[in-house]
Amino acid sequence: MSDATGTIAGVNGSILTVSFTGAVGQNEVAYALVDGVRLMCEVMRVRGNQADLQVFEDTTGLAVGAPVEFSGELLSVELGPGLLGQIYDGLQNPLPRLAEQCGFFLQRGTYLEALPRDAKWHFTPAVKPGDAVTAGETLGKVPEGIFDHHIMAPFNLEGVWTVERVAEAGEYRVTDAVARLKNAQGLTREAAMLQRWPVKIPIQAFAERLRPADPLVTQVRVIDTFFPVAIGGTYCIPGPFGAGKTVLQQITSRYADADIVIIAACGERAGEVVETLREFPKLTDPRTGKTLIDRTVIICNTSSMPVAAREASVYTAMTIAGYYRQMGRNVLLLADSTSRWAQALRETSGRLDEIPGEEAFPAYLESVVASFYERAGVVRLKDGRRASVTVGGTVSPAGGNFDEPVTQATLKVVGAFHGLSRARSDARRYPAIDPLDSWSKYASVVDAADVAMARELLHQGAEIAQMMKVVGEEGTSMEDFVVYLKAEYLDAVYLQQDAYDPVDSATSAERQRHVFGALAGILRAALRFTEKEQARHFMHGLTQITKDWNRIAMDAPEFRATEERIRRTVAEATGRA
Amino acid sequence: MHKVYHRIEDIAGNVIIVRAAGVKYRELAEVASRRGVSLAQVIRLEGDHVSLQVFAGARGVATDARVRFLGHTMRVPFSDALLGRVFTGSAQPRDRGPALSENMIEIGGPPVNPSKRIIPRNMIRTGIPMIDVFNTLVESQKLPIFAPAGQPYNQLLARIALQAEVDVIVLGGMGLKHDDYLFFRDTLEEQGAMIRSVLFVHTAADPVVECLLVPDVSLAVAEQFALAGKRVLVLLSDMTNFADAMKEIAITMEQIPSNRGYPGDLYSQLAARYEKAVDFDTAGSITVLAVTTMPGDDDTHPVPDNTGYITEGQFYLRDGVIDPFRSLSRLKQQVNGDTRADHRTIMNTLIQLYAGYRESLEKQAMGFRMSEWDAKLLKYGRRFDRELMDLSVNIPLEKALDLGWEILADCFEPMETGVHTRLIERFWPNSAKRSMESDKSDASDPSDNASPPTPET
Ligand SMILES: Nc1ncnc2c1ncn2[C@@H]1O[C@H](COP(=O)(O)OP(=O)(O)O)[C@@H](O)[C@H]1O
Ligand SMILES: [Mg+2]
Repeated sequence: MSDATGTIAGVNGSILTVSFTGAVGQNEVAYALVDGVRLMCEVMRVRGNQADLQVFEDTTGLAVGAPVEFSGELLSVELGPGLLGQIYDGLQNPLPRLAEQCGFFLQRGTYLEALPRDAKWHFTPAVKPGDAVTAGETLGKVPEGIFDHHIMAPFNLEGVWTVERVAEAGEYRVTDAVARLKNAQGLTREAAMLQRWPVKIPIQAFAERLRPADPLVTQVRVIDTFFPVAIGGTYCIPGPFGAGKTVLQQITSRYADADIVIIAACGERAGEVVETLREFPKLTDPRTGKTLIDRTVIICNTSSMPVAAREASVYTAMTIAGYYRQMGRNVLLLADSTSRWAQALRETSGRLDEIPGEEAFPAYLESVVASFYERAGVVRLKDGRRASVTVGGTVSPAGGNFDEPVTQATLKVVGAFHGLSRARSDARRYPAIDPLDSWSKYASVVDAADVAMARELLHQGAEIAQMMKVVGEEGTSMEDFVVYLKAEYLDAVYLQQDAYDPVDSATSAERQRHVFGALAGILRAALRFTEKEQARHFMHGLTQITKDWNRIAMDAPEFRATEERIRRTVAEATGRA
Repeated sequence: MHKVYHRIEDIAGNVIIVRAAGVKYRELAEVASRRGVSLAQVIRLEGDHVSLQVFAGARGVATDARVRFLGHTMRVPFSDALLGRVFTGSAQPRDRGPALSENMIEIGGPPVNPSKRIIPRNMIRTGIPMIDVFNTLVESQKLPIFAPAGQPYNQLLARIALQAEVDVIVLGGMGLKHDDYLFFRDTLEEQGAMIRSVLFVHTAADPVVECLLVPDVSLAVAEQFALAGKRVLVLLSDMTNFADAMKEIAITMEQIPSNRGYPGDLYSQLAARYEKAVDFDTAGSITVLAVTTMPGDDDTHPVPDNTGYITEGQFYLRDGVIDPFRSLSRLKQQVNGDTRADHRTIMNTLIQLYAGYRESLEKQAMGFRMSEWDAKLLKYGRRFDRELMDLSVNIPLEKALDLGWEILADCFEPMETGVHTRLIERFWPNSAKRSMESDKSDASDPSDNASPPTPET
């Protein structure tokens, strides 16, 4: 608690001007009082004896002269066992427990503890008195659903500390002290399973950062094969409304090869989160045999929830991701949509009368976006294990135009770009990732030479399609026409993937290597036709069989049989004179 | 508390500034001037300077107007007595009925806890194939109709409302032409639906600030009905007028515009309204259909653009038909898996082939030779236009699916459609199979489907 006190001097939307006495810090948490309720705020700017605060709640009813309390602390989250499977709002309020208390509607000013205080966890110590520890090193473990959750030395420890006491194996609450540490200066600290950490400060209690190298398999073919994501890498999905950003993230949240998935539903539809939170408890995760919700944390600050808390929500998600990385996990953070967070910055900046940049976004937008994605990465922990945070963010550009500030700021810092195209989604070619514009700096799960050949073919196919619009089919050579048909074929049977088919929806890396190898052969084959109509007819048939193939499980007997049928069909066209 | 203030410092647009103490943010006040009494709402506090947005407009308000703060925010009466009635945006009677004042509820209440929502699961049948087959409407969906000016969007809205099986209809009119208001009222009355409807109507002739209240008032009432277990359909027309009213206030308040004069919080403001659509765990539901006219027929205009990001899809009304490509129901997959086994396949296949038809049309317009394949597509597309897309078509979903197969079989070989072999075997009409079926049941009378192909040039 701080000794500063204040009173409200002005209210403008979610921004308060507060006159204060005492010491007040930037980004400090404060509470404004209205009708006996305390509304959480954050200090955005201090000028003389007045501070501007953004309120994380609806400001209706606030009055000039009402008291404001300052906490002296930065906006922080609770970290400890019990995070997995939770559904939080942007300030880490557990939404299901809030509903038990408040019913159908969110009640402002109600803040619950993020980690239940009465739950007991079975702690097994990993250190003994006399051991030396530094920030982030493991003191003990508790089983949390699918994993051993490491209880770590506080991340803000400086230098080397000695374990004075460690709790013996047994059941403890998150707030119980499980170790006492002492440093060379003789200071002692009690460590509990629960730590608090300020959301805007990265947790960096690891040995070093490494370069992302290995692919993170999402089981979406066009991504893993053509525009891969790396473990510990970053990527973005910009696209106009309805192009499939959210569906793509939902698919990824189910099938991606990550230990833990953090979903930050930032300023978009609540209904989409409901799908996840109602379905994940019922879906089995093939990796663990448990349900998907057991590896998931949902941070849900949807569009009708307070705007200022939207910004907090992406940092809350990132901090939880960083926490699990710290204990050795590969974490995937999916944020939908980063544009809503940027718009929240814009709203606040506008109300603070800051000088606006392009499209009224604040001038610091780029650096804020860059430092957010910088929190992703592969690290080597102090005990030598590798762990990672991979970040994928959707971007919702105004008018679907990628030349706008948020898309541009994001493209500068990410390692892969999955641009969704309106033309593809209108044609129901899902996922609508544009195969010509998208790019990735990471390594594919299939043979690089095959990918290069296929991309070249897609480009040629698009050019020929363009040309055909001008000169017609009759003005197109047979050779070009076949290239065009091959490109269409690749699109139909490989780039497109049916998200609602039980088999086609997820393609393992092994299957991608197998299928893409076979397709590469077909794409390279010299197919001979005498007439265009015949060529088209042939490719229609081939498309049909290959699509059927996509819907057959790899271990089913028909898989080989269908592959053989495809081989024979192709042989017909190559053998032709 | 109900002290009267006389000192009006500033008047600009529909906003006045008065010096007062103890005023709460968003509180209501009564402003009495020579022109009469109007409600007003606090929209900014700066020391003792209180900015008020005057509902009836500040025109004619003088510096000696008297301002009395009411100590509460905007409210509406809520009871079954609302049904069959017509009100203004500030909930005053617009018909000859009595003013209501009991059970006042606040508007613009808090959002629903996402964990109390359930996954939408009930299809709303409209009899319009472009909706039922391709972009199924679902209970609790929020869906705009994007249309250039002059399209029959209000007719479409009314048609869906009358066809849908809902308990209560709430109509919020914003900047409605008086004729359109009468159209809605008369249509609801003629069809006997007025007794389950309540109308909050702001017409183009009414003060612009009242336009701002319409969505909140309509949705607050809808929410109460839904909490009481009712299935509520909210019709809003036209949300572009609502956004323009917000723009007007923002400019008066000297907010920095973000895009074409609209305030930076346009997205959040629209979302706060649309997100009221809900299917409550253990209570009723709210479905929202809202007209969004597109200035210049441009969907990248900030109002349709922001709307499209918020809503669960959109129906594009162009040239008198629902555009099959740009229209989208994001919730369709919640229900179209349980309607009939071929629903999703028919939906995808017909659209992909229709896209092919459009390409062939383009080629034809360019004067290129039409291949055999083009000819098939052209035949197909014409039937599609006439028998599925035309808005006068009114058939149940199942008939529309049957018709889809019938058209496919009339125009293509099974293999050319890309349909999964399993479904071809089960649904592809062949004469033998069809005659067998018609022996068994007359529910799917093939004569309905067998409209003769009329090749044209
Ligand atoms: N991979 C996909 N497969 C099938 N349908 C899809 C796919 N992606 C998107 N869609 C369709 O498009 C709609 C909009 O997708 P969504 O992800 O919500 O768009 P966005 O988030 O870009 O606005 C979905 O409701 C669905 O009907
Ligand atoms: Mg989305």
